[in-house]
Amino acid sequence: MFKRLADSSPAVGIIVDGKPVSARAGDTIAAALLAAGIGHCRTTPVTGAPRAPYCLMGVCFDCLVTVDGVGSRQGCLIPVREGMKVETQLGRREAGR
Amino acid sequence: MTASADLAPSYELVVIGGGPAGLAAAALAARAGVSTVLFDENPGVGGQIYRAITSTPVKDRAILGEDYWDGAKLAEEAKASGALIVNGATVWSLDRQRIVGISIAGKARMIEAGRVIIATGSQERPFPIPGWTLPGVMTAGAAQTALKAQGLVASGRTVLAGGGPLLWLLAAQTLRAGGKIDAILDTMPRRNWLHAMFHLPGFALSPYFGKGMALLKEVRAKVPIHRADTIEAVGADRVREVLFSSGGETRRLPADLLLLHQGVVPNVNLANAAGVAHVWNDRQLCFVPVLDADFGSSVPGIAVAGDGAGIAGGTAAAERGRIAAIAAVRALKPDCIVPDTQAIRQRLQREEMGRSFLDLLNRPVDAFRQPAGNTIVCRCEEVTANQVRDTAKMGCEGPNQMKAFLRCGMGPCQGRLCGLTVAELISAERGATLDEVGYYRLRPPVKPITLAELASLPISEAERKAVER
Repeated sequence: MFKRLADSSPAVGIIVDGKPVSARAGDTIAAALLAAGIGHCRTTPVTGAPRAPYCLMGVCFDCLVTVDGVGSRQGCLIPVREGMKVETQLGRREAGR
Repeated sequence: MTASADLAPSYELVVIGGGPAGLAAAALAARAGVSTVLFDENPGVGGQIYRAITSTPVKDRAILGEDYWDGAKLAEEAKASGALIVNGATVWSLDRQRIVGISIAGKARMIEAGRVIIATGSQERPFPIPGWTLPGVMTAGAAQTALKAQGLVASGRTVLAGGGPLLWLLAAQTLRAGGKIDAILDTMPRRNWLHAMFHLPGFALSPYFGKGMALLKEVRAKVPIHRADTIEAVGADRVREVLFSSGGETRRLPADLLLLHQGVVPNVNLANAAGVAHVWNDRQLCFVPVLDADFGSSVPGIAVAGDGAGIAGGTAAAERGRIAAIAAVRALKPDCIVPDTQAIRQRLQREEMGRSFLDLLNRPVDAFRQPAGNTIVCRCEEVTANQVRDTAKMGCEGPNQMKAFLRCGMGPCQGRLCGLTVAELISAERGATLDEVGYYRLRPPVKPITLAELASLPISEAERKAVER
């Protein structure tokens, strides 16, 4: 969907759902996920549909992710940090979970 | 970086939002000698129009265009003014007593403000088409943000749809950055020209005339443009193709990325929650705050500057910020020396000239504002157009009652992406005016905060005892 212009920003390593992803300094979490080609970052609470960042300016809340164990964080507003753990936010609760 | 604990308990002026209006307001007030703090939720100042102005990796100035780089001066002036500028700061509450609830890096504070200037700007108008919630469908503004802040340019099969200055600007910027756009679906009907023509003289004199014409020429030379009466994003897990129809004929375009845009509207959430009165603006098809000549709102001591006061663009936003700041300084410290507003008002007038033309030319058609069928209206709670229409027909009179029936507007975005659509659908179904229908009554926290953040609020001995009694 997106490619990076030639850019010399230093690499920043983050962990997305347990897998290492290389981001760049200056990336927000949402931008890093888009650049890495990750398909969706959350599922919805009502139907469990996949969602990805939509507005990238803090209004749509479709980029909600779990960051270092805290849920419902706006990925488009939080800069990446070395070693940051990002998880897909699962919306629909299953019985027994 | 400023931490929550570093903030003073009160400031004479609190400016909320670090776009052109906020930067200009903070710079002017601080230079005049007023203690000023500017809170902005993004990692850096600039707002949306000058997004990442101090950090963008896009070094070739031609890509984003000279208008973008105008923002550097505003950012420098604000930095040099002595105003405290705090990024990564989320304002989640503002009340009529001008107590500002703020959260920085997970720590909350309540700050008292002598005066408040809300400069929270605009957001893109909802564009509710079938499939607009699919991954791969984004706003044109989102793609522009990714380009400015991270140097990400659209790749793969890319379709733009809608209309308005930002759509064409993004197209030009993407092409200049080496991106490819497969098609633009123009949803603005030709008859808009008839209504807009009366206002052409004003537009022809405004600075936007020449720029707009050059932009259209640049994009049209490189991208196929199709008219579209209906648009649908199709795919299971993500968008795979875009269906559009024109004159009864339906066509399909394979797509990896669909970028939507049909204008911008004021971001009303914080002002609404603070109790600021709003009215429907029929030319801009949105709710705008009721403001006096100095951008003072119906709540004493709270002003709304920038595009949050009604859409007029980035340069006008800065002038509005200055006018609001002068009023604040005069109220706080009548002895301070401030610039004369007359010259500023003249510049503002020049910027606003031609806005009627742009509004009418880029007025989105009803079908793209008032969807039908199973099209999702509320993205958070997945409420459809039919559900909203049927509930309005049953007798539901306004958006607040609609929340109780359907939960629309009650998800994390707090109505930002459905409020206008729900209000317009109720108005259409019930034959009531938008002022009669009204908007969601918003309440703090206007941004989600954790219980831990609330619990981190400093508490005095007296307050602690009052609770335990």
